[in-house]
Amino acid sequence: MTTPVSGSVPILRLGDVLVTGLLNELDDKTAVAFTEELTSRITADGARGVLIDISRLEIVDSFVARTLMELTTMARLLGARVIVAGMRPPVAITLVELGLQLTGVETALNAEQGMAAMGWRQSPQPSGGGLGEFHPEH
Amino acid sequence: MARPGRPSDEQSEGTTGRPDRKDNELGSAEAAAREHVTSVLREEADKISDRWVQLQLAQPSLDGEVSEAELGEEADALVSALLSGLELGLPIERVVTAHEEIHRTVSEISLRRARRGVSPTATSLAVLSLKEALLEAVQRRTRAADDLFGSAVLINRLLDSAGALAFETFVEGREEIIRRQSQQLLEVSTPVVRLWRQVLAVPLIGTLDTARTQVVMENLLQAIQEHEALVAIIDITGVPTVDTAVAQHLMHTVNAVRLMGADCVISGIRPPIAQTIAQLGIDLSTILTRATLADALSEAVKLTEAAGSDRAPLDRR
Amino acid sequence: MSSTRNTDHAVALAPSGRAADRHALMDRTVHHVRTEEDLLTVRHAVRAATLRAGFSIVDQTRVVTAASELARNAYIHGGGGTVTIDQLTTGGNAGLRLTVQDDGPGILDTDAALADGFTTGVGLGHGLGGARRLMNDFELHTGPGQGTTVIATRWAGR
Repeated sequence: MTTPVSGSVPILRLGDVLVTGLLNELDDKTAVAFTEELTSRITADGARGVLIDISRLEIVDSFVARTLMELTTMARLLGARVIVAGMRPPVAITLVELGLQLTGVETALNAEQGMAAMGWRQSPQPSGGGLGEFHPEH
Repeated sequence: MARPGRPSDEQSEGTTGRPDRKDNELGSAEAAAREHVTSVLREEADKISDRWVQLQLAQPSLDGEVSEAELGEEADALVSALLSGLELGLPIERVVTAHEEIHRTVSEISLRRARRGVSPTATSLAVLSLKEALLEAVQRRTRAADDLFGSAVLINRLLDSAGALAFETFVEGREEIIRRQSQQLLEVSTPVVRLWRQVLAVPLIGTLDTARTQVVMENLLQAIQEHEALVAIIDITGVPTVDTAVAQHLMHTVNAVRLMGADCVISGIRPPIAQTIAQLGIDLSTILTRATLADALSEAVKLTEAAGSDRAPLDRR
Repeated sequence: MSSTRNTDHAVALAPSGRAADRHALMDRTVHHVRTEEDLLTVRHAVRAATLRAGFSIVDQTRVVTAASELARNAYIHGGGGTVTIDQLTTGGNAGLRLTVQDDGPGILDTDAALADGFTTGVGLGHGLGGARRLMNDFELHTGPGQGTTVIATRWAGR
């Protein structure tokens, strides 16, 4: 397995939402670099939301947890809302047993639901009745 | 010899001295007996194995749980392991425990019986009846009383520790089975049911301890992921008491559900339980609670509808 | 309290041993923790060992996370150290024992270090206390100037 180098986590922009995903492994250096890059992108792009897909992350230890919590706080200060999506069940169980609840971090079941929570909709949902059809940019 | 790549018999290092290194009278008598038993094992391995199988088959307590072919394999394996153990020159009391191959063979013989429900008596007798087979083989070669006596003592010392090991492994094997069965029982007793689109429920019945909480958590989170559920209802109508520990377990489960991105409602809090929770000063204020499963379901449906329409952030604090 | 390594468990069938101590050591690997990259190597090695031991996915995650916490502690507070991964078996049940050792300044107040929220470095202070909750058995040997050794074991299906 290769170690991701700094800046290797791609950050996409969809309207005013930044979308990014963490890979299987997150080492301390990458985590720090990721925080820095993401916060500067929030300011540069004027983003109002950040979606972090962690569905591929196999381990969240206290360092990664702290990174996510700090990131949420910093983004909030910069006017953006962070949603952490797709945490795996074993990771959630381990975090709770570690005594970490990611206080203040908003979560979503998967990237799709996270994006929906930020006002993005793929297509009208059966129960949604076309409500909330919202496209931030055309 | 121990198999390569298994560093498990570190203790045998330095003990592989010569069998006759104690040169006193007793030592040389033991060395002679050892020589006898070793050569009998070497030259009559097949006969000893066959005889041992016969002796075990004659025991009514074995009850056909282990087939003749399996007994034959076991016998061949143990006889050849014992031979190599004796040839190594380990002190006789430690041959069985320190020699990796013997240790493993005896353990496997014992575990096989533990798993098949053979009685403990039959399991110890299985190993101990090898004594008889070995002694008979020695008797066929010598009639000298001294030799016979020396060999008998040696065989006893060698195989008594094997009997002890077999019994110990047997008990551990049974404990393992009990552990596994209670785990299976736990899983059966904590079903996760789908109540509504994106709404799941776990009806808990009985006490909620750490092991149970872990199973509930695992099953529930797995189901949330599979069904993309937004709300999980934990119904505690069937939980007799809620003390601080149970409350702690509930909090853990709720927190794990939230980390997954779903919401949790606890239902079925009966009046006496509400009283206990209040009296114990347990803080469940961050958890959404409802008196009945029906109330919880209607709340859950509201939550999913809210999430489906405008996706307002759910304020949990 | 001493920093001596407790690694003499070979075929632990000591006649005086308690039931919990009667286990056989199936495999042992030792990893050095000198750089941040070593933390990843340790995690991979522990993950591989949990797979060999047949641990469930949740137990794998618990043990790898605990190893990550302990190895990071040794790296940050102990100035580097070693992680020994022992694969154990007893009565057909598989276990994994982590021995994380460093020659750092040691821990003055072990109770505080094990309590949640205590930290003298990075992270949330959940390192030791959290790792203890993720494992079945947990031993802490430390003292001022004596380095720190943590021996933590988890058994499959417990």
